[in-house]
Amino acid sequence: MLLSISWRNIWRNKVRSLVIIFSIALGIFAGVAATAFMKGLAEQRIQKVINTELSYMQIHKNGFRQNSDFKSYMPDAQNLASEIRAIPNVTGASQRIIVQSMIASAETASGVLIAGIDPELESKVTNIHDRIIEGAYFEGIKKNPVVIGKKLAEKLNVKVKSKLVITLQDTANNVISGLFRVSGIYTSNNNVYDESHIFVRYDDLLRLSALPEGVAHEIAININDNENLQTIESSVKEIASGYEVLDWKSLSPEMNYLTEAMDLYMYIFIIIILLALLFGIINTMLMVVMERTKEIGMLMAVGMNKIRIFSMVLLESILLSLTGGVVGIIIGAAFSKWRETKPIDLSAWAQGYEQLGYDAYVYTSLEPVMLVNITILVIITGVIAALYPAYKALKNDPADALRIE
Amino acid sequence: MNVIEIKDLVKIYNSSEVQVKAVNGITVNFEEGEFTAVVGPSGSGKTTFLNMLGGLDRPTSGSVRIGGTEVWDLSSRKLIDFRMNNIGFVFQSYNLIPVLTAGENVEFIMHLQGRPKKERTERTKEMLEAMGIGDRIKSRPAKLSGGQQQRVAVARALASKPEFILADEPTANLDSHSTSELLELMSKMNKKYNTTFIFATHDQRVMDKARRIITIEDGKILSDEKFKR
Repeated sequence: MLLSISWRNIWRNKVRSLVIIFSIALGIFAGVAATAFMKGLAEQRIQKVINTELSYMQIHKNGFRQNSDFKSYMPDAQNLASEIRAIPNVTGASQRIIVQSMIASAETASGVLIAGIDPELESKVTNIHDRIIEGAYFEGIKKNPVVIGKKLAEKLNVKVKSKLVITLQDTANNVISGLFRVSGIYTSNNNVYDESHIFVRYDDLLRLSALPEGVAHEIAININDNENLQTIESSVKEIASGYEVLDWKSLSPEMNYLTEAMDLYMYIFIIIILLALLFGIINTMLMVVMERTKEIGMLMAVGMNKIRIFSMVLLESILLSLTGGVVGIIIGAAFSKWRETKPIDLSAWAQGYEQLGYDAYVYTSLEPVMLVNITILVIITGVIAALYPAYKALKNDPADALRIE
Repeated sequence: MNVIEIKDLVKIYNSSEVQVKAVNGITVNFEEGEFTAVVGPSGSGKTTFLNMLGGLDRPTSGSVRIGGTEVWDLSSRKLIDFRMNNIGFVFQSYNLIPVLTAGENVEFIMHLQGRPKKERTERTKEMLEAMGIGDRIKSRPAKLSGGQQQRVAVARALASKPEFILADEPTANLDSHSTSELLELMSKMNKKYNTTFIFATHDQRVMDKARRIITIEDGKILSDEKFKR
């Protein structure tokens, strides 16, 4: 009955209640929509980093990641990669030769990281082949093709079929050079990456650097779903025992922090919104209690104890907040659902975003747990907002209250 | 049998300048089944007296015993429960809960008492029918006339099966037709359920119905007369 009284009490002053419900709904909608946007932004960024740069897992010889030593290769990499490809839910494993080198065009030179890859295997691990904007992915050039980023192409002032000289140190510390031709130019939408990463064929680089057959510095692994990451990781660790097996979270901890930080920011943002709304709710509930002094006095007289009076005010405040909150959550979730397939267009500001590695089109993403947590926060706000008004209500003396005309 | 025993009841209001003795030493008993009017001019102390009797206003000194319980020795929490279980209130301005229907208003105190649903529903129906407004069970107070609202209030007070009912100026806001109807009904209920009714009033029509009239002036009992009606 208390619940019913509290609920009906909300609608005694419809305009006042609707104003506060509307403001809560608006605030929560803003919170949910912003959360879905930021979450989508972060997830897209991570997915992109996984797809273009990192892959889900990488295997290296211990120490390679620290010193990038050309001699720190895995002699059995080719066999290892084929074994890993046989693990269920692994969609690709590509062995790579990685070497720091100098690339020079007729005009200028730049330091880059070369990955010697098998184009077919690599295309199952990263999506550079999908991001070719000029030329083709290792096609059209018979001898020594190279795929470079758009930013690097601009810097070196080269086009498709332009010649480039790659200079590197082999295992015996001899400086050697090779002539390559641009077969394709890609863009990953991350300028820093595009400027510093180039791809050549595994065999070409093997020949140039005089490394033994079947070796690699890195094996990049792709899987079908992040959900399976841990199971696959343990299988991979078994096969590649003695090597360093790292998933994307360890390879790029900042990406992992990105999601965590994003969540934290969103909660702070929503708490600030709720804090602002809190005062509005307190104000409304104070008016409610003041207006009903006589009624509360009567309720006390006929036997409603303090706990019940307190609960009645508390419930009314919670229901008021929750009504606005739920409306806001529904609208926010609907907005997010809509924008999951129809991305938010930020192309007007694309340049700045892409510099930072973010996409210009953001698909929203919303986790149900976030909605549950927002609901809990709204309820907590309702409770806090009720405390002072409820205390005021309890201060009523029934005999005094009943004298009010 | 005495339902209420009041001894040397005093209430002094201390304002900054003067000391007002609203009730100045009242000793009186009420028996089961009484239909009593406490009368007196405005400011005579009858409402204060009723409030002390009803466990709403703490006396400065003196004692109020209801059914053997010393009311003002109870803790405030126990006092609320005591009021709920033993005293029915009817107020001048009806004081129904506006968001509840007539039926829910009558049920309300029984709900607080924790009575089972079936009993509540049956008794609500019985009380409203006895008060002649059985057909308004689903109406909200705003849809009822003053007289009807006061009948709901009486039904609410009676439904919780109290020892007695305190009615403070119950007819003050009613027209003469509603007043006589209400008084008739209360008198009927008094006889039917043997429930004690105590009124504070200066309405002559209430006095005409009362079987006992206690006149209070300056916080003291001036006269205490009984009538056969």
